[in-house]
Amino acid sequence: MTSQRLKSGGLIDRNLPIAFMFDGKPYQGFAGDTLASALMANGVGLVGRSFKYHRPRGIMTAGSSEPNALVTVGEDGRTEPNCRATTVELYDGLVARSQNRWPSLGFDVGEVNALLSPFLGAGFYYKTFMWPAALWEKFYEPMIRRAAGLGRASYEPDPDHYEKCWAHCDLLVVGAGPAGLAAAMTAAQAGARVIIADEQSGPGGSLLSDRREIGGAPAPTFAAKISAELASMANVTVLSRTTVFGWYDDRVFGAVERVQKHVSVPAADKPVERLWRIVAKQCVLASGAEERPLVFGGNDRPGVMMADAARTYVNRYGVAAGSRVAVFTNNSSAYCAARDMEANGIDVAAIIDPRAETPDYDGQARVMANARVVGTRGWRGLTGITVQRGGEQETIPVDALLMSGGWNPIVSLACQRGAKPRWSDDHVAFLPPAPSDGMRTAGAAAGIASLGNCVQHGASIAVECLSKIGIAAKPFDAGPAEDEPAFSVTPLWHVAGSTGKAFVDFQNDVHTDDLGLAVREGYGHVEHTKRYTTTGMATDQGKLSNVNAIGILAEVRGTTPGDIGTTTYRPFYTPVSFGALAGAHRGRHFQPVRRSPLHMWAEKHGAEFVEVGHWYRSAWFPRSGETRWRQSVDREVLAVRRNVGICDVSTLGKIEIVGRDAAEFLNRIYCNGVAKLPVGKARYGLMLREDGFIYDDGTLSRLAENRYFMTTTTALAAGVLSHMEFCAQVLWPDLDVRFTSVSDQWAQIAIAGPRSRDLLKQIVDDDISNDAFPFLAAGTINLMGGQLSARLFRISYSGELAYELAVPASYGEAVANALMAIGEPMGVTPYGTEAMGVMRIEKGHVTHAEINGTVVPEDIGMGRMVSVKKPDFIGRRMLNREGLSGADRLKLVGLKPVDPSDDFSTGAHILNPGAAPSMAADQGHVTSTCFSPVLGHHIGLALIKRGPERIGEQVVVWDALKEQDIKAIIADPAFVDPAGERLHA
Amino acid sequence: MASLIQCPHCGARPKEEFSIKGSAEAERPAPDAAEDAWFEYVYQRDNPIGRIEEYWQHTSGCRRWLVVERDSGVHTVYRVLDATAARSSE
Ligand SMILES: [Zn+2]
Repeated sequence: MTSQRLKSGGLIDRNLPIAFMFDGKPYQGFAGDTLASALMANGVGLVGRSFKYHRPRGIMTAGSSEPNALVTVGEDGRTEPNCRATTVELYDGLVARSQNRWPSLGFDVGEVNALLSPFLGAGFYYKTFMWPAALWEKFYEPMIRRAAGLGRASYEPDPDHYEKCWAHCDLLVVGAGPAGLAAAMTAAQAGARVIIADEQSGPGGSLLSDRREIGGAPAPTFAAKISAELASMANVTVLSRTTVFGWYDDRVFGAVERVQKHVSVPAADKPVERLWRIVAKQCVLASGAEERPLVFGGNDRPGVMMADAARTYVNRYGVAAGSRVAVFTNNSSAYCAARDMEANGIDVAAIIDPRAETPDYDGQARVMANARVVGTRGWRGLTGITVQRGGEQETIPVDALLMSGGWNPIVSLACQRGAKPRWSDDHVAFLPPAPSDGMRTAGAAAGIASLGNCVQHGASIAVECLSKIGIAAKPFDAGPAEDEPAFSVTPLWHVAGSTGKAFVDFQNDVHTDDLGLAVREGYGHVEHTKRYTTTGMATDQGKLSNVNAIGILAEVRGTTPGDIGTTTYRPFYTPVSFGALAGAHRGRHFQPVRRSPLHMWAEKHGAEFVEVGHWYRSAWFPRSGETRWRQSVDREVLAVRRNVGICDVSTLGKIEIVGRDAAEFLNRIYCNGVAKLPVGKARYGLMLREDGFIYDDGTLSRLAENRYFMTTTTALAAGVLSHMEFCAQVLWPDLDVRFTSVSDQWAQIAIAGPRSRDLLKQIVDDDISNDAFPFLAAGTINLMGGQLSARLFRISYSGELAYELAVPASYGEAVANALMAIGEPMGVTPYGTEAMGVMRIEKGHVTHAEINGTVVPEDIGMGRMVSVKKPDFIGRRMLNREGLSGADRLKLVGLKPVDPSDDFSTGAHILNPGAAPSMAADQGHVTSTCFSPVLGHHIGLALIKRGPERIGEQVVVWDALKEQDIKAIIADPAFVDPAGERLHA
Repeated sequence: MASLIQCPHCGARPKEEFSIKGSAEAERPAPDAAEDAWFEYVYQRDNPIGRIEEYWQHTSGCRRWLVVERDSGVHTVYRVLDATAARSSE
């Protein structure tokens, strides 16, 4: 391997050598290199293997359109496959590996696929792997996946972090080349808020690859001067290494900034990538143009590259594409590349131009008019080309061929929201759609050819954009640009009669024969051809191949490229990492965690937690010696039933309702009457949906004349608030009522059991005797000698004498600690949601397991609660429907096994004894089950047809999953204290 | 779907801040209206392609309910009003 680095020149820093590894071998480059330029400088021409045929491939481009030079960069958790070597900035210690080769890049067993190529034509997946279908999962898919030639992701976690942010501006400029810089300067000087983004390591775009002068300075110097000026202005944000990948509704743009992908070790205090959502009032798309390859036999040989890329390598990186090169072009721009090669002392053997009329060329190279390249030689690197001119063929030994098939304006962003590009015969290219919705295209992206014209166009387009949002601007004057010959191009979609495969899509190995085959087999529509041949479906999304494919399709079908049209443009313009899209939402930040204010208290007492939505709730509190959860739960239940326990109920939804019409409003929200609820009292409340079914239940306490405190179930805390806001704002805006969610403001502790009052009165200053504070009392009280004001509610979920004590959230832990300390001699027991669940089943209280959206109040024995006096409440009218009342409905009952050692599961169905299981024979189902430590056997709640009429009847609990038939007896749902005496004790 | 919604109280905000309830076309009937009217209100939805009105709530913002007039076939949002104001102006 010989060095291709020139002795001088380029924008690299030759005082800063950088060491890196490729395929296990050490190399050296310079600061300012890309991985591709450094590899080329080291004479590494073979960098990858093609996807299907495993053909040797080299570097083709100098930017984000690269189809061949895909490598895996980084190690361990920082491994990133399918990086384009042409966009990877070199850093010290960079480790890169080639892909899709085994055992090595130089000797790849997969090369045999090239011999099988007659069988691997377009649509071969569809034809070969059609049947038998059973083989897909076992054989075809794993085989295709293994053969598919892309890099492999790491299984290790990514150690870096990512973030997302928003930005707002008057003008977004996409691309910081000649047109983009001029547009940004125009807007910046007018005082507009400007964001200018460019995917490269710094602003400049094509100016960085240019030797010409503009504004009295070499192009790169001009770019640096303008960039520095922009960066110094307070109203301008310059985003480098930032790809604007998508245009969404309302002029929202998606962009990804690679903040630290170019450093050896990312700083921990910065993200490696940042995802931007940019809201722009106007956008100038100055994304430039992409050079098209030419389609001729052997055009994928390492050493064949885009002419403009070769120009970038020589001018910007001081790297020669070869020692003796040829140029194959159908347009005038590649003559500049030839001139720049010669200016750098590179021997240009010939310029091969299929046109009869060729531009003037004052260099050394032989200009061959009416000529075409019809073949290439070499295998892992180019050694020569075969040129046909008239009837004669000539072999020219070269080690690099620079090709140019014309230029495609990069219109992707302008077309992502449905607008179609327009074909231009003059430009032999698709031009961007007409300006719309705040997006205008400038410079080469609009089909403008020369440097000076691009700068002027960028400035004048910015003026147009700004005038739309009422900002007067003057076009930025960059000074004169060096003259260049007028652009001319003649279409050459493929070279007929050439030898060897002529590739259209390099990354997916689609060649001209595939396109012809697709048309012959009826897949000639551009969208069909794309899918049938996979043209444009690789990670480069056909940046080089799409327009050539369209041109060839047009030839085969005897029409024009404009008639064929393009496939649909969609985000993303270039691949975006999952890390950037996920941002901070990974690991424990994937979703928020809600912890009760009593979480630490529960943790201290050894709680096992259970996730309920975003909440972590304490489920039970195992003690030493308890090895199974049931042991803990049984103990907790018995402690509450016989003594006293405390439980964290802070996760309940808590809403305060205030306003002159709060009583009237609540009366319309609940199906039971609440208007007459006195101050200082609590009441159970049932909300219906407008269709008459139960929505949620909870308690309502009247704290003052116009102030209420509502609890909802944990699950519907947010839903109930939104529902009430809807009713207040939309249905009854004339009512004076306001809501505040106070779920997070109050820690709420249930104190339950026959000795709960004995415990509580030791910390409550007020009189809470049964007379002074009876069942369903509610009010403000003082704790511990006036140290703290709190709220006390005498409500019970367990069925025991019980209270709920609410204190400001930050005092929750201290109050719980105090209760535990004071209650220790009494044996106060913390209990969790499992024990709470057991006790509510023992008491026949419902949860959303019973009120499951198919249940009306009568079904759960609450029919008489529903007000018949109220003129209106949510659900009133539809509740009266035929079918929502009547004997045959499923109704709430208890269920106990005939044999006390039997057990049944939630979801099991109820059958009459002797009935075969069927929909018709179904009598209902089990909604909740538990082991009742009080009764010493399992019990359940169930919804059963005519249930309350059938108490005492024996049924079968049929469980198809467990293959069980359990004999059970229908019972009253209140297994414990059915008369409710304990509540009032 | 639009990327930004012009909340009449908070200005242009990302759509992720809002939650959608559904059609705002039907108005809640009087409590004693005929069963047909209630059936229409609770169950019947036209699901047209074209201009529609929906209830959206700015749940992560001002928490006001809004009437968003948008096109169900394309991404255009024509108008966003506070629901109370929209209803009282009818
Ligand atoms: Zn708002």
